[in-house]
Amino acid sequence: MKTKVRMVGKVAVVELSGKITIGEGDVVLRDEVNKLLESDQKAILLNLNGVTYMDSAGIGELVACYKRAAEAGAKLKLLNPSGRVSDLLSLTKLQQVFDIYNEEKDALVSF
Amino acid sequence: MRKKSPAREIRVQIDSRYEFIDLIQRMAEDLCRVAGLARSAALNLGLAVREAVANAIKHGNRLDHSKRVIVIFKVASDRIVVAVRDQGKGFDPQRVKNPVAPENVYQNHGRGIFFMNAFVDDVTFTRLRSGGTEVRMEKRSRERRPGGASPARASMRQGGKAQ
Repeated sequence: MKTKVRMVGKVAVVELSGKITIGEGDVVLRDEVNKLLESDQKAILLNLNGVTYMDSAGIGELVACYKRAAEAGAKLKLLNPSGRVSDLLSLTKLQQVFDIYNEEKDALVSF
Repeated sequence: MRKKSPAREIRVQIDSRYEFIDLIQRMAEDLCRVAGLARSAALNLGLAVREAVANAIKHGNRLDHSKRVIVIFKVASDRIVVAVRDQGKGFDPQRVKNPVAPENVYQNHGRGIFFMNAFVDDVTFTRLRSGGTEVRMEKRSRERRPGGASPARASMRQGGKAQ
């Protein structure tokens, strides 16, 4: 899994691409979000459009990132989960937990 | 009357390393094609098998690389059965919390067995005499075969039985 961060105003948009699975993408995601929180970033938008696959470890890491952000007084939101990822978020009732957006501009103004 | 061809069996043994999970998942998905299952069914079984192998490595064998995970695929003309065995100390599946209950939805872990139950027709857990756990997953073809019985309904059954 690869990540690329770009700043849009006060929001750190994290472009994720590849798989978020056990022992692989989950660690990369954790490290990237930790780095942003350590630098006192308060608004994080994870763009999941390029995420091709996710397992329960990936879903768990998303939840862990969400909680760590909240503990640090930051907000973490999701953008554009692909079909299969969206299905998993729905199945695990996490669509009710995360703020999820289809359009980046809508996500950006929500922070 | 149409005669069923016997199931074919493939056994694979891996070290307890995450890097082998992709390989086993791909095998499961490819074998679904042999069993005549639809692409969506193959993806569903692939994820369930992935979760079972990950659990066997992490929770069963506790990442001990010297311990093995054995995966047995049985491929028939209308179904595929996958058994995943670890060399751990066993666990009680009844004690696994429901990850979609409001009090658990914020947990970082505990969705693997939920995915297994969601994505295959039958899941059973058996404590092995040797001490490990076997997870058995069955995925059936949804297509009605000429002259055959109607396809079985998907179930979310989860049971454990001690040997």
